[in-house]
Amino acid sequence: MEYLMLLVSAILVNNFVLSRFLGICPFLGVSKSIPTAMGMSGAVIFVITIASAVTWAFQKYLLEPFGLDKFLQTLAFILVIAALVQLIDIVMKRFAPPLHAALGIYLPLITTNCAVLGVAVINMKDGNGFIKSVLFGFAASVGFAFALLIFTGLREKIDRADPPRCFKGVAISLVTAGLLSLAFMGFSGLVK
Amino acid sequence: MDPIIISSTFWIGGVGLVSAIALAVADKFLTVPEDPLIAKVTECLPGANCGGCGFAGCADYARAIVKEDAELNLCAPVGSAGARAIGAVLGRDPGTGAERKVALVLCCGDFTEALRRSYYNGIAECSAAQATAGGDKGCTYGCLGYASCVRSCPVQAIRLEKGIAKVNKKLCISCAKCVATCPRKLIKLVPFKAEIHVLCSSQDKGPVVKKVCGTGCLGCKICTKLAGDAIIVDGFLAKVDYSKELNNPDLITKCPGKCIRLA
Repeated sequence: MEYLMLLVSAILVNNFVLSRFLGICPFLGVSKSIPTAMGMSGAVIFVITIASAVTWAFQKYLLEPFGLDKFLQTLAFILVIAALVQLIDIVMKRFAPPLHAALGIYLPLITTNCAVLGVAVINMKDGNGFIKSVLFGFAASVGFAFALLIFTGLREKIDRADPPRCFKGVAISLVTAGLLSLAFMGFSGLVK
Repeated sequence: MDPIIISSTFWIGGVGLVSAIALAVADKFLTVPEDPLIAKVTECLPGANCGGCGFAGCADYARAIVKEDAELNLCAPVGSAGARAIGAVLGRDPGTGAERKVALVLCCGDFTEALRRSYYNGIAECSAAQATAGGDKGCTYGCLGYASCVRSCPVQAIRLEKGIAKVNKKLCISCAKCVATCPRKLIKLVPFKAEIHVLCSSQDKGPVVKKVCGTGCLGCKICTKLAGDAIIVDGFLAKVDYSKELNNPDLITKCPGKCIRLA
């Protein structure tokens, strides 16, 4: 039950893109077509889940024992995440080419995405155990995917709706993103 | 020295070193060879992976350019200079000195010279005007001036001047979007170096052209005498053969239709 609450909280109530405003860069950049957005979503889920596991282990066995977690957390996490994503890219390309063909091209885009670091840092702040960290990471990335796919669907329609000239292109997309974020505020209070 | 400083430097430095070694080893033994052209195109791109092109990062855009014929001009950070660089990597071999081509609107019938035969008050797109009884211009071959090509240009190289479209050839990246947009197929890709052009596409006879436009090609063939085989008259329209040399400035003053211009 507690895990279900965690899932609902990460996906809907505190959606990473629409409530916490993390990972907005790919949200606006890779939301022009549904197939691209789906690929990106898959890659994000893959990376964030693995990254939450690895950063948890890193924090537990390297940073805390040496008292480095107070001030080196951000630096160390970025280092680990960047190296991890690169390694995932190489390994995936070698051992799972179809997977790499589907997701691999988005990996460079996620390397320094603040959503990945955000998940890791929030996990530490909430003091989650290993299972909870991984689950939270998974849920957070599913929330990202959810928001991304909704926004992509909207954006595809908006492109054809002929907005006024001053709003065409990115302007109307940003306004839409803001309204979508407002809509997701409706979930607040769902989970304590 | 404070032990914290030593231990943090050691551990973070150590992790960095281990990661670097791991990545180097993985790169050595696990990489899969890839089309080198993709790497070359990737070099022309900024590598910021902003996703602004609509693809997932610079490497993906490079792959799409090489494998899926994606358009060259989607990267805003490098702009038209980058698009040209990519074009150079892909289609043009610098060894043979293949030339750069730019778009040219083959019409000089602006609002001071060309007559309108009706008043059009519809959607301000050239294709819409053309669909409505063949457009509102007297000449059924000339530029309608509703700026569809202007809007289609990704680098804003085309502008309306005196009611007809004009390409700034320095900005043109040869993506040919304007060529596809023009419903009258007035825009052609011509060599950048070519300076003298016949800016008319009217296939009407001389007297008919004179009635609707002050600067149309009359098909009089005076230019062919001055230009030799560089200009061919096809029916009643003179056309420049860009593979031949053309540098006779008299052409501009001697053309009775005043449609041979510098561009």
